[in-house]
Amino acid sequence: MADVTMRIWRGDANGGDFQEYTIAQNEGEVVLDVIHRIQATEAPDLACRWNCKAGKCGSCSAEINGKPRLMCMTRMDDLPEGTVTVAPMRTFPIIRDLVTDVSFNFAMAERIPAVLPPPMPEGGYRMFQEDVERGQEFRKCIECFLCQDVCHVIRDHEDNKEHYAGPRFFIRYAELEMHPLDTNDRRDYVRQEMGLGYCNITKCCTEVCPEHIHITDNAIIPLKERAVDAHYDPIAWLGRKIRRQTKRTAAEAGVQPAP
Amino acid sequence: MTEYEHHDYDVLIIGAGGAGLRAAIEAKQRGLRVGIVTKSLLGKAHTVMAEGGMAAAMGNVYPEDNWQVHFRDTMRGGKMLNNYRMAELHAKEAPDRVYELEQWGALFDRTKDGKILQRDFGGHRYARLAHVGDRTGLELIRTLQQKVVSMGTDVFMECKVLRLVHDSAGRIAGAVAYWRPTGEFVTFRAKAVILATGGVGKSWKFTSNSWESTGDGHAMALWAGAELIDMECIQFHPTGMVWPLSVRGLLVTEGVRGDGGVLKNSNGERFMFNYVADMFRAETAESEEEADKWYADHSAGRRPPDLLPRDEVARAINNEVKSGRGTPHGGVYLDIGSRRSAEYIRRRLPSMYHQFMELAGVDITREMMEIGPTCHYIMGGVKVDADTAATRVEGLYAAGEVAGGMHGANRLGGNSLSDLVVFGRRAGTAAADYIEGGGGPVDFATGEVDAAIAEALAPFTREGGESPYDIQRDLQEMMQANVGIIRNGAELEDALVQLDGTFTERVANVTVTGGRAYNPGWNLATDLPSMITVSKTVTRGAIGREESRGGHTREDFPKASAEFGTFNLAHRVSGGTYEGEFSVARSPLLTMPDELKALLEEAK
Repeated sequence: MADVTMRIWRGDANGGDFQEYTIAQNEGEVVLDVIHRIQATEAPDLACRWNCKAGKCGSCSAEINGKPRLMCMTRMDDLPEGTVTVAPMRTFPIIRDLVTDVSFNFAMAERIPAVLPPPMPEGGYRMFQEDVERGQEFRKCIECFLCQDVCHVIRDHEDNKEHYAGPRFFIRYAELEMHPLDTNDRRDYVRQEMGLGYCNITKCCTEVCPEHIHITDNAIIPLKERAVDAHYDPIAWLGRKIRRQTKRTAAEAGVQPAP
Repeated sequence: MTEYEHHDYDVLIIGAGGAGLRAAIEAKQRGLRVGIVTKSLLGKAHTVMAEGGMAAAMGNVYPEDNWQVHFRDTMRGGKMLNNYRMAELHAKEAPDRVYELEQWGALFDRTKDGKILQRDFGGHRYARLAHVGDRTGLELIRTLQQKVVSMGTDVFMECKVLRLVHDSAGRIAGAVAYWRPTGEFVTFRAKAVILATGGVGKSWKFTSNSWESTGDGHAMALWAGAELIDMECIQFHPTGMVWPLSVRGLLVTEGVRGDGGVLKNSNGERFMFNYVADMFRAETAESEEEADKWYADHSAGRRPPDLLPRDEVARAINNEVKSGRGTPHGGVYLDIGSRRSAEYIRRRLPSMYHQFMELAGVDITREMMEIGPTCHYIMGGVKVDADTAATRVEGLYAAGEVAGGMHGANRLGGNSLSDLVVFGRRAGTAAADYIEGGGGPVDFATGEVDAAIAEALAPFTREGGESPYDIQRDLQEMMQANVGIIRNGAELEDALVQLDGTFTERVANVTVTGGRAYNPGWNLATDLPSMITVSKTVTRGAIGREESRGGHTREDFPKASAEFGTFNLAHRVSGGTYEGEFSVARSPLLTMPDELKALLEEAK
C-alpha cells in the first residue's frame, strides 16, 4: 500500500504545532495503528491516550481531519485520500500532544447526586426489560467525552464549564431520572445548577457519539421537558402537592442509601 | 532522601478495575481513608472489555441451579487445580454481589417476570450469567465507579506504581509511583495495600488485553516477597478476531456461542463434535440435532460441544487450522448469521455487530466471522488466603486477575467478573480487619523509594541502549512463538535462556528519549521489568509442569498426570528485581473437605 502522510499536533500547554510524518500503512488499519507505528519508529515520545483499541473504553478521542472521533475505530481506508490530520480535543486543556486534561468531566461526575433505590426486597428487585432499556441506552456511554468536546456551550465558552454538565452528564441525569428504582429528584438541580437550559439542541453531540446514543432526542429533550414540568407546570405542581406521586428528594422520601 | 509528593492512607488500592473498586467500597464503608491508584483514567480499566456476563447461581432461569453446581462446574473447568475454598466462596457469594450492584444502579437485562436474566456460557451447566447485552464489563465498572465517586474516594489517575515499599520489619508500608502527565514521583504510605492490577497478556503478540496488562501487580508482589502460583496456566480465548491484522486478537464474546453461534471449519463442518474429551462426554450432545434442541430447552438435549470450556475449544481450533481446515487468514469460522435472525443478533450482540462491521467490514447477521485463539487471561497469580485475599507478606492483599488459585488451570467464562467483586470485597474487609486490629507498618523504607526512582530514571541518561518498543516487540514475538497455546520442552528451554540472558540484558539497557511528561516510550520502559518478570515465571512454570492441563498444553506431555494434579508450582525471586534469582517449588493443593468432594462425585 502507498505511504500516508500524517499531520499530528505536537506540543504542550505552552503551545505547539503540527508535524508531518510519512509512514507505510497496511490493509485494514485504523488511525491508532498508524500513531502506534510512528511511536515505535520515528517519535517514541508522541503522547496519545489509549487502552482497549476496540471502541469500548473511550480513551483515544481526538479530532481527525477536524472531526471528533475515536482513533481506534476510524479506519484509514474510510478517510479521504491525502494527508490525515490528527489534533487533540479542543475543548479540554492540553497535557501533551494528543492527550488532554479531561478532569472537568470527573469533577462533573462528582457533583451528581447518587442513585437512591428503596431497600431491596427478598429475592431481588423486579424490573421489566422495557423499563430498563431506556436507561441501558445511556449506560452504553463509554465516556470518550467526544460529545463534551463538540458541545459549543463549553467548546467556545470556557467560563460555562463551572455550571454546565454537558451532554455526557445530561444522559446520566436522564438515565437516573428514568431509572425504575431511583427515588432521588434531580430535576431542579440539573436545570438550576447544571445548565440544562444552555443546551440549544443542535444535536452535534448525537452526531459524534461512537455508541450511537440518541443523546438529544432520547435524553436531553425529555430531560428538559421533565425539568420544566417540575418547575413551571401549575397543574403538575398542584398535583404533586396533593398526591405526591412523582419522585421525591431522598430526604423527603426518607430513603436510606443502599449499603 | 529527596522530598516527593506524599500521601498517607489506611488502605492503598493499586488498580481501578472491578476488584480494586469493589475493595475500595468495602474499605470506605468501614470508615477508612482509601486511595486508589490507576495507570489510566477512572473507568477505562480492562474490566470494561468483559462482554458476556458475570456468573452467579441465582437460579432465575433454571431454578435447579445453586452454588453447589456452580462450585462443581468451576472445579471441573479448572481441571481440579483450583484453590477449592476460593471456588466455594465464589460460588456461594456471587449472587449477593450481583444483587448489590443493582442497589448501586446497575441495569441488567431482565427475564419476562422482571428478574435478572441469565445467559448460557461454556462449562456452566445452567444459564447462569447476569448480563447487559454484550457489554457487561462496562456496566460493572460504571456501577462501581459511580458508587466509589459518590463516596468521595481519592483516585489517583494516570499514576503508575513502580514498586511496593516495606517497613523495617518486612511488612508492607506503601508504594512509590509517578504521575504519567508530569513524570513527577509520588509516594504513598499505607497500613495495607491491595493489589488489583489485572493481567499479563501484553507479553504476547496476539492478545485481547490492553496496554495496561503488563503484570505490574504480579511482578511487584513477587519482588516484595510474595509467591506466584500457576503462572503456566494462561487462557487462550478460543474466539479472537484474526483479520484485519491490526485487530488480530481482539475478543469475540463467548456469548455468540451461548446465543446459538457455532464453529465451522473450511469444509463447513461443525468440528467440535470431534473434540469432546471423556471428562465431558456424558453431558455433551452427540449430534447437531441434539445440540440445537438444547438452546431452546436444556432438558431436551445435551450441551453443544461449542460450549465446552475455553481450553478445550481453543485447542480444537488450533488443531483444525494446523490440519489445513482453517480460513484464509488462519482461523476458523464462527457462524451465527445463518442460525439467528438479524434482529436477534443486533439486540443480543450489539457491540460484536459493530466491531465486525466497523473494523472488518463483515456483517455478522449475514456472514461468518473468522476467529482464532487469543491470549486472554492468566489463571495464575499471587498466592493468597482464600478467605482474606492475604498474601504471605504482612499487609499485602491481592484480588481479581492478579490473584491465583480461584480458577485452577482454566477459568470458565463469566467467572471473572464475579471473581472481581467477591474477592475484591473480601480483600477490602480483610484489610480493614487488619488495620482495626492494629496492623500497619512502623516506618517506611526510603531506600526502596530511592532505588525504584533511580531505576525508573536510568533510561534517560543511559547511552547507546535500545528502544523500549523494540524490546517489547521482540519479547511479544518470542513469547507467542515459544510459550504460546501449544508448548514443548525444547522451545520452553530456549525461551528461558533468552529471557534470563539477552532479554534481561536488553531490559537493563533500555534507553528513552524526550522528557518525563506523558512520554509513552518512558512509560513502556517502566513496564518492561514487570513484563519480563511475568514471562520468566510463566516459562519456568511451563517447564516445571510436565503434563497438559487446562491452559497449559505440552505436546511432549499431552496427557494430564495424576501426580501433577496434586500441587501448584510456586515462584519466588530473591533480590527483589527481575534480575534476581528465580526459584520454583511444588506447593501442595489444599485438602478438600469430604462434603465438597461428594459434590464433585455426585455430579459426575
